[in-house]
Amino acid sequence: MSRRLRYYLPAIAVFVGGIVVWELLVRILEIQRFLLPAPSAIAGALLENWSDLLEAGRTTFIEAVGGFAIGTVAGLVVAFATARYALARGALMPFAIAANAIPIIAFAPIMNSWFGTTSPVSKMMIVAMLVFFPVMINTVRGLTSPDASSLELMRSYAAGELDILRKVRIPAALPYFFTAIKVGATLSLIGAVVGEYFGGATLALGRIIVESASFLRFAEAWAAIVIAAALGIGFYLVIIAIERIVMPWHPSVRGSS
Amino acid sequence: MSGAAPVVALHAVEKVFETAEARTTALSGIDLEIHGGEFVSLIGPSGCGKSTLLRIIGDLTGPTGGTVEVNGKPAARARRDRDYGMVFQAPVLFDWRSIQANVELPLEITGLSGNERRERAARMLDLVELGDFGRHHPWQLSGGMQQRAAIARALALEPRLLLMDEPFGALDEMTRERMNDELLRIWERTRTTIVFVTHSIPEAVFLSSRVVVMSARPGRITDVIEVDLERPRTEASRETERYFELVTTVRESLRAGHGPAPLDPVDAEATA
Repeated sequence: MSRRLRYYLPAIAVFVGGIVVWELLVRILEIQRFLLPAPSAIAGALLENWSDLLEAGRTTFIEAVGGFAIGTVAGLVVAFATARYALARGALMPFAIAANAIPIIAFAPIMNSWFGTTSPVSKMMIVAMLVFFPVMINTVRGLTSPDASSLELMRSYAAGELDILRKVRIPAALPYFFTAIKVGATLSLIGAVVGEYFGGATLALGRIIVESASFLRFAEAWAAIVIAAALGIGFYLVIIAIERIVMPWHPSVRGSS
Repeated sequence: MSGAAPVVALHAVEKVFETAEARTTALSGIDLEIHGGEFVSLIGPSGCGKSTLLRIIGDLTGPTGGTVEVNGKPAARARRDRDYGMVFQAPVLFDWRSIQANVELPLEITGLSGNERRERAARMLDLVELGDFGRHHPWQLSGGMQQRAAIARALALEPRLLLMDEPFGALDEMTRERMNDELLRIWERTRTTIVFVTHSIPEAVFLSSRVVVMSARPGRITDVIEVDLERPRTEASRETERYFELVTTVRESLRAGHGPAPLDPVDAEATA
C-alpha cells in the first residue's frame, strides 16, 4: 500500500462510514424524507437531474469565480495603494476591519435590486464584497510585514522603492494573500448560493435548493447542496495547488510535503 | 589617490532622540578615525549607542550633530555608492530565496548580469565555506551557517568596509569562537576594513586591532585600546598571557566608564 493511500485511509474510512451510518439510521429510524433524505435518495436525485444540476452548477460557479476575481483584483489594488501611503492606511484600515466584521451577505437583497434580481452581476457583486475585505486587509498586513532589519538591509544597498516592493514586500505578502484567497474561495460559493436564495436565474444552485425545498422535494435540494459543496471544495483545492507552485518555500507548504 | 585617508571619519558626532516627553542624548562628542585594513570593535553596555553609531556610519540613521565621512565622502553618498556591506544580529535571509539567491540579492540591485552574479555569489559562498549549500534554503541551515551566508552577502559587492552589528550575539559560545576564527581568516584574505559591534570582551580582544570602549547615558567614547596580539591569531592566541592581560584591560576600562558601583539597590536593578 502506498504511503499516500495510508495517509488518507482514515479520512476515507470516516467518509464512507459516515454515509453508511447515515443510510442505516434513516432506514432503521424511518426518518421522514423531508427531514433527512437517505444518501441513496440523494444519489438518485443527483442522477435523475444531472444535466439540470450541472447547468445550475455552471451558472453558480461562474458567479462565484467572477465575483472572486473582481473582489480579489479590487482588494489588491486598494491594498497596494494603501500599503504605500501610511496616511491612507491609517484612514482606511479601521473601516476595512470593521467592514470585514459585518455580515456582508445581508446586502444580498439590496444587490439584487441594484444590479437585477435575475442577473448574475448582482451575485458577483455580493461575492466581490465578501472577498474584497479579507484580501485587502491581509495583503496590507503582508506588504507591511517585513521587519526593520529587512528594510535597513535594502537601504544599505541603496535599493529603490520598486526593488523593495518586488524583492521584499511582495514575496513577504504572498502567504498573507493566499490565506485570504483560501478564505475567499469558500466565501465566494457561500455568497453566490445565498445570493440566489433571494432570486436569480432559474437554473442556479441557490434557486434549485429554495424551490425544491418549498415543494418538499428534499432529495433534489440535497443533490444541489452536494454539487455546491463539490464546487467549493474543488475551488479551494485549485487555490492550494497554485499556492504550492507559487511559494514552495513557505512552511505551510514544505511541512506537508 | 589618498591612500592614507581614513575609511571612516567621525567628528563631534551627536545623536539626540526626541519624543514628546523626553529628550535622550544617545551619542555625544564622538570623534573616531578608522583606517584601511583595520578591525575596530565598538564595545559597551547596552544603551551606550554602539549600534546607533554603526547605523550612523552606514547612513541608516542620521546624526543630529557632527560630520560622518566614509571613504572620504559624506555617509549618504557612500551608502548610495554601496561602499559598505552590513551584517545584522539576525541573518535577515529571505526564506523565498535559496542561499545562492540571497547572496545574489545586492548584485541584482546593482544590475549585474546573471552570469556575473552567479559566479560572484558562488565565489563568496566558497569564501565562507558554504560552497555546497547554495541550493539550500535558509531554514535548512544552522544559525552559524545562516550568519556565514549573511557575511557572504555583505561581501558580495566587494566593499572596502564591513559593518557588523553583534553578528554572533545569538550564537552559542562554541559556534561563536569558530565564527570568530573564520571572520579573521576572511578579513585577512579580503583586507576589508571592519567595524564590529559587540558586548563580548573576549570576542572584541580576539578579533580587533583596536577596541573602542563606550559608556552609556550619554553614549561617549571613554577609551581606545590598541590590541597588539600577534597575527595570525589562532585558537592558541586565546590562551596567551597577553590575551588575558588585554581582556582585563578592556574589562577595567569598561568598569571605569561605567562610573562607581551603584549602591542604591533600585539603581542596581535598573542597570542590570
